[in-house]
Amino acid sequence: MIHTHRLNEAEYTQNFADIHPPFETHEGASIEANRCLFCYDAPCTKSCPTSIDVPKFIKQIATENIKGAAKTIFDSNIMGAGCSRVCPVEKLCEGACVYNLLHESPIAIARLQRYATAPALENNWQFYSSPSEKSKKVAVVGAGPAGLACAHALAQKGVAVSIFEKEPKGGGLMTYGVAGYKVTPEFCEEEVQWILGVGGIDIQYGVELGKDVQLADLQAQYDAVFLAIGVGVARPLQIEGEALDGVVNAISFIYDIRTKDLAAIPVGDAVAVIGMGMTAIDAATQAKRLGAKKVTMIYRRTENEKPCTDAELDLARLDGCEIIWLAAPHHINGQDGKVTEIVCSEMVLGEPDASGRRSPVDTGHTFTLPVDMVIKATGQLPYRNLLSEVGVQFSNETHDSGSTNLKGVFAGGDCVNGGKEVVDAVQAGKVAAASICDYLFG
Amino acid sequence: MANLRNTYLGISSPNPFWLASAPPTDKYHNVRRALDAGWGGVVWKTLGSQVKNVSSRYSSVDYNGHRMMGFNNIELISDRPLDLNLKEIAQIVREYPDRAMIVSLMADNNRTAWHELIKKTEDTGAHGIELNFGCPHGMIERGMGAVVGQDPEIAKMVVEWVMEAATIPVITKLTPNVHSVVPTAKAVVAGGTNGLSLINTIQSITGVDLDTFVPNPFVGGQSVYGGYCGPAVKPIALKMLTTLGKNPATNHVPISGIGGISTWRDAVEFMLLGAANVQICTAAMRYGFRIIDDLCSGLSNWMDEKGFATTDEFVGLSIPKITDWEKLDLNFHIVADINQDKCIHCGLCYITCEDTSHQAINLEQGKPYNTYTIKEEECVGCNLCKLVCPVEDCITMVEQRKGDEYLNWIAYQERGLPLNDH
Repeated sequence: MIHTHRLNEAEYTQNFADIHPPFETHEGASIEANRCLFCYDAPCTKSCPTSIDVPKFIKQIATENIKGAAKTIFDSNIMGAGCSRVCPVEKLCEGACVYNLLHESPIAIARLQRYATAPALENNWQFYSSPSEKSKKVAVVGAGPAGLACAHALAQKGVAVSIFEKEPKGGGLMTYGVAGYKVTPEFCEEEVQWILGVGGIDIQYGVELGKDVQLADLQAQYDAVFLAIGVGVARPLQIEGEALDGVVNAISFIYDIRTKDLAAIPVGDAVAVIGMGMTAIDAATQAKRLGAKKVTMIYRRTENEKPCTDAELDLARLDGCEIIWLAAPHHINGQDGKVTEIVCSEMVLGEPDASGRRSPVDTGHTFTLPVDMVIKATGQLPYRNLLSEVGVQFSNETHDSGSTNLKGVFAGGDCVNGGKEVVDAVQAGKVAAASICDYLFG
Repeated sequence: MANLRNTYLGISSPNPFWLASAPPTDKYHNVRRALDAGWGGVVWKTLGSQVKNVSSRYSSVDYNGHRMMGFNNIELISDRPLDLNLKEIAQIVREYPDRAMIVSLMADNNRTAWHELIKKTEDTGAHGIELNFGCPHGMIERGMGAVVGQDPEIAKMVVEWVMEAATIPVITKLTPNVHSVVPTAKAVVAGGTNGLSLINTIQSITGVDLDTFVPNPFVGGQSVYGGYCGPAVKPIALKMLTTLGKNPATNHVPISGIGGISTWRDAVEFMLLGAANVQICTAAMRYGFRIIDDLCSGLSNWMDEKGFATTDEFVGLSIPKITDWEKLDLNFHIVADINQDKCIHCGLCYITCEDTSHQAINLEQGKPYNTYTIKEEECVGCNLCKLVCPVEDCITMVEQRKGDEYLNWIAYQERGLPLNDH
């Protein structure tokens, strides 16, 4: 049965506590920082989408130049504080650390980055400023990582930036779409405020593109527009029973966790999570941490093809989530309008698909799992209608520079790349800001 | 299995590791713990006229997160009553008859004072005396310690006074706070000393507190120059030790090696360069007396591996390998080789060679791992890349002689061969 208040307050607190506790003392950070070899043209830096100079900031921690370390990080990634908590570092910087080649633990880059950046937010170290004279105006739609990174860069160049955000808070999926044990909504709010501390950025919440504000109006009122509207429409399963009570999508499930009291989030006794991406993991682990008795993750391919990282999968396993590989949802059965079981097709791997991964093929056999809740985490679809209605089209150029088919209209982040990491969105925002500056100032 | 028993100036100890004259050897309690732990002997902390110590007394230099790469003290000679020290020394000699007991002395600068102090020391049954001519702080102002060691004439005179009275072996401890230890060493050998020990601590300031601006160690808002020791001074001590082994006036005198010895490897290096035994302090102050276990076991295993049965078989073996620069073989040439299977692509070899040496490493871009290879024709064989490489045996230096014959600088000049070939 799906219901709320499964745990007591202490249990909720414990289950949603920080999964990667920070270094609490300088000694701890110092020992780790001093392990760093200070590589030249470092693989960690080259594996960071924002190219943070990792050896440099780690060396700065070792010399107790924490302010310098923080600035090194923010110079490349203005959301360096948040990224230190949510980045899948095992496939980025830490995955490339040369210590891996010695079969030694990689440098704890994320923890060190958190150590350097946390005091910047706590003490409001503002390394950047916006000139008081503003010569141009730019509208940014969406206050997620891409929008904020773009706005922050533009503000420094003397651009008056207006951000329009449909949610009541900034941060985008960082605020609304990440597991609570990685980063709290409170932290996200602090980070947004710190980023806005550069000055020159006006932000309006509760304003949605196509509803409260139109692209044509923005084009008319501003010198340029940056679209960073993200993705948000959950991909439907398109199977029988999807409309039953108890079938929810992971995005809204996590959105509720981020915005409501944990005790008020309904969760079932037996939960099936469809998908094996980062969002699927976040949904499965949090369902378990909200008190679901049994959580089963269902994925149509094998562990080799999974989109999440090994570290994320380990997290789900450690939380007691069960995993069924080579299974695809076939239909959902219900009683009195409520989910009672999910029937899955057994799959085998066939030929590689466009992504190079072997694609699943239905064997025709099925099996049935008794569940009272199904969480769909099979990806999100971009707001195609919203964009196509106003004539915006993306191309390879949009991926590379942020420019679109419309003059003065730029785009970046999840809405262009289809949904990647926070750090990718930050980089897209940076790149777009540079393109916008080229456009505005020639 | 190797026999670690060591005899120095006729004084026998079960192993060649003595605790140097310092705070760890200033009273019965510590010395008993040291000997129980297995140390071969001790040099009791310097006895002399009554002094008063300050607080604080020590400071250190940390390096890349490691504590006490170098250590510094401003403590004076023993501040305990002379009679108490003598009584405890006698007790230790009685209770630990198989261990070496050397007493460090620093008397007032006159013959009578030295004779009286030697008499009292010998009455304890101690096996030897070490003359403290090296203490670089506090005692200098009183005309003692390093002041004596820095003036060969005065040092010789004091040693002569000592030898008039001493009936047990006398070791003279040399200060490194001179341009060369050889003049004082020669003088004290001429004065009759039986043995030499070196080095004492090096005058130093270990650092400055960046908040108070007061150098370390902090004594009520002020500081003084201290005596530097610990791992950082080892290379300096090894060089000074070797200069005695190379000098015909001092190379026959048994030397007790001191200066930054922390491990059995350090001890072997001192002995290969001429030390008959070694004295240790900082390493014990860093970790306690328990380090003696690995000192002995490491030395024993190394001796077994090399086929040495006793500790005197390898003393001084490396001295002849030190020569004059002009006698080095100019035809000896090595070039670096990077083992691509071991390379972890850290780029440290590349950036140090490119920025600070001979631009002899090639960088081929990769994502995320670059490939680094040696440009043999540019490599001068300086070793820098090998030294910075974090992976053992990844970079090796391969011999590529410039010519078959041994060709030193003297012959090179005589033949008028070309310079600036690189």
